[in-house]
This record gives sequence, structure tokens and C-alpha cells, in this order.
Amino acid sequence: MANVIRIMTKDSALVPLVAIVLGLLVGALIMLTGGYNPITAYTSLVEKVIGDPYSIGETVREITPLIFTGLSVAFAFRTGLFNIGGEGQFIMGMTGATLVGVKLDLPFWLHAPLAILAGAVLGGLWGGIAGYLKAKRGVNEVITTIMLNWIALYLANYIISRYLLQPGQQRSHLIRESAMVSLRALSEIFGNARLHWGILIVILAAVAFYIILWKTRQGYELRAVGHSPYAAEYAGMSVNANIVKAMFIGGMFAGLAGVFEILGVFHYQVIAAASPGYGFDGIAVALLGGNHPLGVVLAAALFGTLTYGSAGMSFGADVPPEIVRVIIGTVIFFVASHGLIRSVLKPLRDKRKTGEVT
Amino acid sequence: MDFLRILGELMHTTLVFSTALIFTAMGGIFSERSGVVNIGLEGLMVSGAFASAVTAYYTEQAGFYSLAPWLGLLGALVFGLLVSVIHAVASITFKANQVVSGVVINFLAAGFTVYLVKMLFAGSGQTETLNAVFHKVAVPLLSAIPLLGYAVFYAYPTTYLALVLVVIIWYVLFKTPFGLRLRAVGEHPGAADTLGVNVSRIRYICVLLSGALAGLGGATITLTTTSSFSHNTISGQGFIALAAMIFGKWHPFGALAAALFFGFAQAIKNFVQLFDWAKSIPMEFLYMLPYILTILVLAGAVGRAYPPAALGEPYDPGKR
Repeated sequence: MANVIRIMTKDSALVPLVAIVLGLLVGALIMLTGGYNPITAYTSLVEKVIGDPYSIGETVREITPLIFTGLSVAFAFRTGLFNIGGEGQFIMGMTGATLVGVKLDLPFWLHAPLAILAGAVLGGLWGGIAGYLKAKRGVNEVITTIMLNWIALYLANYIISRYLLQPGQQRSHLIRESAMVSLRALSEIFGNARLHWGILIVILAAVAFYIILWKTRQGYELRAVGHSPYAAEYAGMSVNANIVKAMFIGGMFAGLAGVFEILGVFHYQVIAAASPGYGFDGIAVALLGGNHPLGVVLAAALFGTLTYGSAGMSFGADVPPEIVRVIIGTVIFFVASHGLIRSVLKPLRDKRKTGEVT
Repeated sequence: MDFLRILGELMHTTLVFSTALIFTAMGGIFSERSGVVNIGLEGLMVSGAFASAVTAYYTEQAGFYSLAPWLGLLGALVFGLLVSVIHAVASITFKANQVVSGVVINFLAAGFTVYLVKMLFAGSGQTETLNAVFHKVAVPLLSAIPLLGYAVFYAYPTTYLALVLVVIIWYVLFKTPFGLRLRAVGEHPGAADTLGVNVSRIRYICVLLSGALAGLGGATITLTTTSSFSHNTISGQGFIALAAMIFGKWHPFGALAAALFFGFAQAIKNFVQLFDWAKSIPMEFLYMLPYILTILVLAGAVGRAYPPAALGEPYDPGKR
């Protein structure tokens, strides 16, 4: 318990908490100037999220892909790379899962794992392309990942419309039952919310993230390259190989996000006009979470809760749900400008300390 | 179809598609040349597109019909500048990670603009369609030149403005003392500081300029092609402008060339379909074309791009 208190009063925990409070306050101020009642709005938000078991389950479902894409961006960051390609990797993950899910006919113990693997590998390869081009040709990964996002969008649309189309619809056939990864028992407890294996696997992914980076030799290399590529090169590590590996692993995380949206939630893939947004949200989640797996999980939880609850806010208080993005933006602003919060907190803390002495 | 006519039409469309990218990429150059990463270009464009649509709509309603698009442009410039203050404060004064701060801009802009549009336009996700928008202007005499006249000298006023700006910005960056200081701050802030250059002030000016220019970039789209603003008016063009800036190696003419290249690739997509041999190519592959071309050109011809040396590092005088 003393440990918990010590962790909670540390800057690393205090700054995000203060930032969240400030974010909610800014949101409230904007709502007030718009003539809305922020208290009603926030109450409806909370009611929407924890009002009934179904909503709780659906909130968890909303959080899951955010953790995956957050891990994806964070992993690349740790290696000194900026992965804006979460969108594309997510889409390729969906496409791999849909292809295997629709086209193959296998027993369930083989079908679902194969579909997951296909999506993960496709997402990984999509990230790997950017890594390879950076390593071999020196092409800035920011550009390639942005371009690959668009290419993935159109490539996926082509694959669906050419090979997987449900006639008369703008979407693919349903995946076979044997490839679905719904958690029936858990879903029933949560009022048939769309809960799936991904919820468990994402936790494993976060643990794997931690172990790979901090407990293995490979992870040491990745971090060394991220920290100082020249020193790493001098120490005999291959910077280029590590860049490709990091982008591949990062891509796999984002790909898995897409995989479970197909296998666990929608069971089909639509022909999309725009990319789904989870990849970009992943950037925010990773940054808010300090590029640490635990931070990513917590940031995704906040993010997913606000996003899911925003529908309740617009229903209950008539507030446009977009205000949630302003709140999230403000929270990230204050976390990033932690110097600002620290300078405000410091006098408070000093006062408390002198109080203890006297 | 006559080959020359197609070529002229292609160049004409290229300029239309490129204009917004040129403005925004120029904004990116200011910010990044001074050492501040600007991932927020997308959000700044969104802000500009929003502000221009709203300003033009209300001034049009107030009766300033022919002035409305120009006031829209001004509104975008001011609002883009105001939004970029957030990026400047966070990344320069509070030494926040500049990438994070840019992402903040994208989030705030996306949320706040749509929130306001819904408030101002009775819950609708897009602004009312503007009547008073820019129209193409033919430059006297020059527009009479065969082929080139239609291709280049019959364009939106914003296009001319963008092209003139590129030259001005090149001059400012490479021929004026301010440009020298700006580049020094981006390459070696410590050295610049020693020589009496106020690093923070230069960076502030540059980030605000990037906001104003990206705002103009966003306005170009609403005031010429879409005539309204919604959440998907910009849809990634800020990121394309970012790519154009890197592609152009942080140089105004390089970025101009890159923006034209992107515009060209977009334009080609519309024209390939005119040819019989291209009918069998699936649409999706044509859509992919600009992006694949970019990667191929980057990987094959351009190669390594070296950013300003101090890009992304908050300036800490203590480390000098």
C-alpha cells in the first residue's frame, strides 16, 4: 500500500492525472461558452459508459484496438522511428484476416489462429516495407508510412471488390464461423457486447512488448539504436537490421488491431472511402502513455472510454461528440508540457513539506 | 483526343491540385528550418479550411459578396496563426516533444472545428455551401499563349499567390539576414544564441508563420474546389504537404517541385481513364498511383534527405 501511494504521488502519475482534470475543465469551459451544461454532459458520458453491462463490454471492445495501435507506434518510437503508418498496417491486418476467414475452410482450432497470423504478418510486412526503404535507401519513414496508408486503403478495397465481394453490398462476404473469435461466455455476461479473444491477446501483446524491449538482447539492441544509432553502430549492432525489425514488429501490433476488428467484432470488411483512424489515434495513445506498455494500456482506456461515452454525451446533453477530441488534445498538451504542470505543483508540494516539519 | 490538349488540361489540373500543398509545404519549411517539427500541418490546414468557410459564409451573408473569398483567406490566415500558438507555446516555451505537440494540434483542430460547425449550422456536420468563391482568372496577354496560356495563365488567384510566395520565401530564407538567423537556429541553436540571436523568438515567428501559411493552404481548398467545410475536406492533405516538404528537402523550390509532382499524380488519375488501353486498369490502382510513384521516386532517385541538424530538439541554453 505504501508503494502504491508512493507511485501515485510521483510526478509520472501526478502529471497525467492533473492533465486529465485540466482537459475535462477545458472541455467544460468550451461547453459553457456554447451554452451547454457540462455537468449534464459529463454525467451522461459516465452513464453511457457504466450504465449497463453491455456498455461496459463495448467500452472494453473500443479500448482493445487502441492498445494495439498504441503499442505499434510506441514500439517504433523506442527505436527512434516515427510510425504514421498504423492506418495502413491496420487495414492490411483486416485484409489478411478477411481473406483467410472467407476463403479457407478449416477446423476452428486452425482457422482462427491462421487468420490471426495472416493479418499480423501482413501488417508486419506493411510496416517492414517502410523499415526496409529507410534502412536500404534512406527514405524517410514518415513519408513512406503516409503513402503506404493510402496504398493499403485502395489495395484493400480492390481485394474486397475483386475477390471477396458480397454481391449487392459494399462489403466482403461474412467470414466463416470457424474463424470467428468471439468470447461467447463473456459476451453473455456483458449483455451480448462484442467481446473477443483480442481482449486477452492485447494484454499478452503489452507484456510481450515489455519483455522484448527490456528483457532480451534484441530489445537492448533496439533501444540502443533508438537512443543513439551511431553509438549502436560503433558497438557492432546493425542499425539497418534493427530498423526493419522494429517496423515489422510495430506493424504486427497494428495489424492485430485490424485482425480482431474483423474476426471478433464485424465479421466482414467494408469497402472504405477513408481510413478508420485507429492508426492516428494510436499515435496519441502512445504519446500519452509515454511509449511504455502500461502507459499505453491506461491511455487507451481513457481514450476509449471518452470516445465511447461521447455518444451518450450528445444524446443526453445535445453536445457535439467531437468535444471529446478537444478534451483528449488538451490532455496530451498538458502531459507534453509537463514543465507547466510541474511549475504549478512545485509550490504546493513545498508547502506541504514545510508543513510536515513544523 | 488531341495530345496537346490533354497535356494542357493535365498541367491545368496539376496546378489546381497543387496549390494547397504549396502553401502548406511552405509553412512546414519555415517551422522545420527553424528546428521545430511540424506534424500539425494537417490540423492547421483543417483550421484554415474551417475558418475560411465560416468567414466567407458570414461575410457573404452580410453582403460583401465579391470580398467574401478574400476575407475568407484572411480569416484562415489569422485562425491558422492562432492555432499554431499552441504548438509554439508547448514546443518552444515548455520544451514539449515537438511531435507530440503537433499531434495535439491535429486532435484539437479536428475536434474543435467540427464541434463549432455543428454549433453554428444547427447540428449539421458541414458548413452551408458558399456562393462567393474564387473563380479562375486569365492573365491578360499571357493567357493567349497556345497551350501554356490555358495550362498556367488561366488559374485561381490563389495559385498565382502561392507561386509568388515560393519566390518570396526563397528570397527571405537565403538572401536576408532574417533567413540566415532562421537557418542558423535550425542548424545550431547554441551557436546562434552565442552570436546574439534570440532562438525562442525566431522559432516563435517561424511556427506562427507556418500556421498562417498552412491556414491559407486549407482555405484554398474550401474557396476553390469544395465550397464548403466538413470533417473530411482536408483528409490527409496536410500529411501529403509534410511529405512534399521532406521530399523537397526543406527547400522552397524543392517543395514546390514535390507539390507539383503530387498534384500531377492526382491529375494523371483523372486522365488515364480517357485512353482505351487504360480502361482495363482497376480504378483502385489509379488511386494508388500518386502514392506508389512517390515511394518509387524517393527510393530510386532522391535518396537520403537530411533535415536541419537541430530539428526536433527543444533548445536548452544550459547545454550550449
